[in-house]
Amino acid sequence: MSYQGKFRVWRGDDSGGALEDFTVEVNEGEVVLDIIHRLQATQAPDLAVRWNCKAGKCGSCSAEINGRPGLLCMTRMSIFEESETITVTPMRTFPIIRDLVTDVSYNYTKAREIPSFAPPKDLAPGEYRMQQVDVERSQEFRKCIECFLCQNTCHVIRDHEENKEAFSGPRFLMRVAELEMHPLDTADRVDQAQDDHGLGYCNITKCCSEVCPEHIHITDNALIPMKERVADRKYDPIVWLGNKLFKRS
Amino acid sequence: MARAEIAARTLRTDRWWLPPLTTFVGLLLISIYAAFRTFQGDYYWVDQYHYLTPMYSPCLTEECIPAASHFGQWFPALPGFLTPPLLIIPFLLGFRITCYYYRKAYYRAAWASPPACAVAEPHDKYTGETRFPLIAQNLHRYFFYAASLLLLINIYDAVLAFGTGLGLGNIILLVNVSLLAAYTLSCHSCRHIAGGRLKHFSKHPVRYWAWTQISKLNNRHMQLAWASLIFVCLTDLYVALVASGTISDLRFID
Repeated sequence: MSYQGKFRVWRGDDSGGALEDFTVEVNEGEVVLDIIHRLQATQAPDLAVRWNCKAGKCGSCSAEINGRPGLLCMTRMSIFEESETITVTPMRTFPIIRDLVTDVSYNYTKAREIPSFAPPKDLAPGEYRMQQVDVERSQEFRKCIECFLCQNTCHVIRDHEENKEAFSGPRFLMRVAELEMHPLDTADRVDQAQDDHGLGYCNITKCCSEVCPEHIHITDNALIPMKERVADRKYDPIVWLGNKLFKRS
Repeated sequence: MARAEIAARTLRTDRWWLPPLTTFVGLLLISIYAAFRTFQGDYYWVDQYHYLTPMYSPCLTEECIPAASHFGQWFPALPGFLTPPLLIIPFLLGFRITCYYYRKAYYRAAWASPPACAVAEPHDKYTGETRFPLIAQNLHRYFFYAASLLLLINIYDAVLAFGTGLGLGNIILLVNVSLLAAYTLSCHSCRHIAGGRLKHFSKHPVRYWAWTQISKLNNRHMQLAWASLIFVCLTDLYVALVASGTISDLRFID
């Protein structure tokens, strides 16, 4: 069950580029990354594409297929009509290096800006046993494969390059949430999230959750709970009254 | 280094515009109906069966029908075209407008910020919820408390109506408060207050249990938001039709 599929692939670098048309053989059971590899092997040996595991676990082959952010290795060809022209483009939010490869170092910069896990200073190794219910909560966030599709899709930086400085993006706000929800973490993550990582920029339109290949509920389980913690501290009338009445700081 | 040179606003080939359009039309129709009923100022109380539409509950001004004012008439009659629901609608509207689901819905559908995932928004500048007026979305917590109080009043109204027997109107009022309760309980703020704010679930088993139950409802928050919104309008329509004599209530027990 093979057919000749029509493809438009973005070729170029930071000095310019355009969509180029190709016709490539498609076989049953293949994914888009198979087609890109066949294209490299048969027609465009210099086509640049970043990939590694081909199993949806390394997060390398993030791109946009028919305008939708996704992993090339997890997008099955069977979801398209045989007559359809499939467009493959690099992630829009990050600077282009060449063809389908982008420079994702913005993400590593943001990762470094998050202070690491801060357990109590007087806690000896092995002294604390973490319970399963406490582990499970942040375990969801640790499924992240750092494909940066959520970062790429988030309109806060996708449509507004100028926000990159102030906004760390859903992946790293989720990292802050993971630390904040850890029973032993003593750092003040709430003010950090709001002031240093731009939580207020998020308008919870949930595109990060929509594109996550690991199906992490980024918005519902990380971003909104962080916004609620900010509300606890700054906007809750009952907490405010309690603080006033009982002279809590 | 520059981004890849792609001029198209989006390369999506699916009907990405359909969900925001549907949301926009749905919210617009409901807003028009709610505005009409608010300013109509009539047909909100069925005296024979004690049906009070949730849109007029509690009815707190002197122009209210006395029997419909279950909690008394605290305020003088409002001047001109102003009607009693205007005292409660800011709280109900505030709860829905600042709701995390509705924010997603109208940011996409009405403000195109963004209209859909990976579709460029038309605005030059974006500051999100970092400054006035959108920083006021953080007031959701206040509105949650107010809406919870109004929900209790709606439940009281629905229970009170059973004093005259059982009719289709009773069933409708009961379903309405059930949906409103499910929507209010499934709220992200409620989930947070119940247990989400804890760092140690294991030290608070009761609150952890409450959090897990509310989380199940929270997964359906969007569906509950729409179901409760539409059903409030249908409940109001039924009460209005019975109150105006257009239809008679289907009675099971008198």
